[in-house]
Amino acid sequence: MSEITKTSAATVSTPALKRYGPWIGFLIVLLILPYIFSSNVGVYTMNLMGIFIIFALSYNMLLGQGGMLSFGHAVYFGLGGFMSVHFMNYLEDGSFVFPMWLLPIFGGAIGLVFAIIIGSFSTRRAGTVFAMISLGVGELMAASSLIFVAFFGGEEGVSGDRTMGPPLFGVNFGQDVQVYYLIAAWVFVTVMLMYLFSRTPAGRLANAVRDNAERAEFIGYSQRKVRFVSFCASGFFAGIAGGLFAINFEIVTEENLNALTSGVVLLMAYIGGVGFFIGPIVGAVLFTLLQSILSNYTDIWQLYVGVMFVLTVMFVPQGLTGIMMMHTPAWRMKRVGGLVVPYIRMGVPALAMLAGIAGFLEMIHHVRGSPADETMMSLMGIEFSTHSIMPWVTVAVLALVGGYLVRNQAPQLKEAWETANNPDAGGKEA
Amino acid sequence: MFELVFFSLLNGIVTGLLLFMLASGLTLIFSMMGVLNFAHASFYMLGAYFAYTISAYLGFWIGLIVAPVLVGLLGALVERYGLRYVHRWGHVAELIFTFGLAFLIEEVVQFIWGKDTKAYHEPEILQFPLFTFFGQNFPAYKAFMLLISIAIFIMLLLILTRSRVGLIIQAAIHKPNMTAMLGHNVPLVFMGVFGVGCALAGLAGVIAGPALGTFPGMAVVLGSIVFVIVVVGGLGSLTGAFVASLIIGLLQTFAIALDYSVNDILTAFNISFDADSALRDLWSLSLPQIAPILPYLLLVLVLIFRPMGLFGNRET
Repeated sequence: MSEITKTSAATVSTPALKRYGPWIGFLIVLLILPYIFSSNVGVYTMNLMGIFIIFALSYNMLLGQGGMLSFGHAVYFGLGGFMSVHFMNYLEDGSFVFPMWLLPIFGGAIGLVFAIIIGSFSTRRAGTVFAMISLGVGELMAASSLIFVAFFGGEEGVSGDRTMGPPLFGVNFGQDVQVYYLIAAWVFVTVMLMYLFSRTPAGRLANAVRDNAERAEFIGYSQRKVRFVSFCASGFFAGIAGGLFAINFEIVTEENLNALTSGVVLLMAYIGGVGFFIGPIVGAVLFTLLQSILSNYTDIWQLYVGVMFVLTVMFVPQGLTGIMMMHTPAWRMKRVGGLVVPYIRMGVPALAMLAGIAGFLEMIHHVRGSPADETMMSLMGIEFSTHSIMPWVTVAVLALVGGYLVRNQAPQLKEAWETANNPDAGGKEA
Repeated sequence: MFELVFFSLLNGIVTGLLLFMLASGLTLIFSMMGVLNFAHASFYMLGAYFAYTISAYLGFWIGLIVAPVLVGLLGALVERYGLRYVHRWGHVAELIFTFGLAFLIEEVVQFIWGKDTKAYHEPEILQFPLFTFFGQNFPAYKAFMLLISIAIFIMLLLILTRSRVGLIIQAAIHKPNMTAMLGHNVPLVFMGVFGVGCALAGLAGVIAGPALGTFPGMAVVLGSIVFVIVVVGGLGSLTGAFVASLIIGLLQTFAIALDYSVNDILTAFNISFDADSALRDLWSLSLPQIAPILPYLLLVLVLIFRPMGLFGNRET
């Protein structure tokens, strides 16, 4: 008897740490981040990151968990933003009193309402029909937003003032850091809710319908209803993200619900990895970093993002998180250490090759884009003339030698990978 | 009124047939591979840009012939080394691949040709008004576009229904495995159809570039409309694509030409309304204003009420 109690106690206590550990860690990271990146740009980037994390996760409720490919998810994001900014203005007028920090709820509400309306017909089928309806609805909304000026504010959008609400403990959200904590709180709560949703029977059924709709029907669940529930939840969270966007930027425009934003969220979720819960988080963080850092250095960052996206779809459909997760077996067998050296041997030439190619593109872009007499360009702080031969030779050498070494080193990496993942291989190499 | 209808009709047919050049390739590709090619309009854009560059050196007519061929080759390469590779990850991945490709092609076009509109013009021998009707000119170039589109349509129809190649293509669409068993190289047929479809899109770009403008956004402008056509007409149905192209073309030109608003209808019934209400935008809506959303409205309605489209025989 005592033995049984002991084992059961042990089985309960280990999962407790495993269960809550990541969440506590996540909370601590959210709390201390502004102390590490305290610059204005840092806070700005983190705010955007938080908004996109919620948005991308809500998108993945459709694509990753429900198997619904949507090309119009920005509709719910944008509508949530517009609704919140309107309520922000009502607060300013004194029409009613409501805490500013709860404002995204209105965004979520309108996202939910529209998801119910649109989902009622679009979730009838998955696959191409769903994708086409979402595209049609997305275009419809984007085009309507320029027509209905009273609600969408036409081309200049609707702007508001987030400091006008009743202050919370003396905080009126005048500073970006205060908004950061607001967004962080919302991120924590919504990420947890979305995670919990994926664990509920409804969330599990969404996976079942994604994998095999027919079998889900045979065990007695309507695939349409299952998709509808996911769709509504997804619209709700996208609306919240839109509301946070409205608070952070104090302006919402037509751009927030057009096809471009819908494309961006697909890109974030897919690059991060749609098969994992944390995939979209990784994708959102990476995309925001690329957007805010890369765009400081180069005009053609979108070209790089496009190339990265297409390469991801072609060669790593499981996304970045998928690559990380591929190391789990090796990690369990404590053999990851054996992969470090091969990775470095592969990574350095690969980086050289990428640097060479990127340098080449940048130089071409500079030569074409700048006036004829301006020959000096600066790349990563290095100044040189694009009309002399040396820089061109340098990037060519970087790209070619890097490329050659990448081919050269590929077999040893493959071998090391197989050793690390083969359970029968002895521990002597590891 | 009559001249308005006459010119709208003519312009609508020109637009519709141009759209059909894009839609025919897209629908053929869909019926073979089950993939809606999001990048189809990007090939249309590439056609215009290739032709622009070629025409700067060799003249318009060389561009008219060479540019579509180049676009077709590029399309075949995309099918062979991109789409066929991605096929192993399933349908959703294929759709996302073409979506990413559309994004990438737009960026590449901006990288190579820049963001501004290119001065790509019709050749000088076509720069005259063909006829004048009620004081309005009908440019000869539009007639030329019409001519090319009709010629392509007839050629496509003849090839698909009367030639041996068309027979094999039709067989490969319906029973790919059986066709392969009979000794035909079905993957090659797929690649060929994809290439020819892209070449048609390229040709549409070559002739539309001077008329509609050659700029990096031209794929986005037309891309979604072509989807609407293919879905409304019925996925995989050439007849449907043809009818839907004409419908959309006419719908767009007539909606812009006829300036009626909800207000006019209400006034006709002697109903007045509050000019300051929140719904004021709704009352003052006019046809030209809602012209851009009409195709999408049609798309959503068709998908809800008749998911197989007008002439389609299978559900999407």
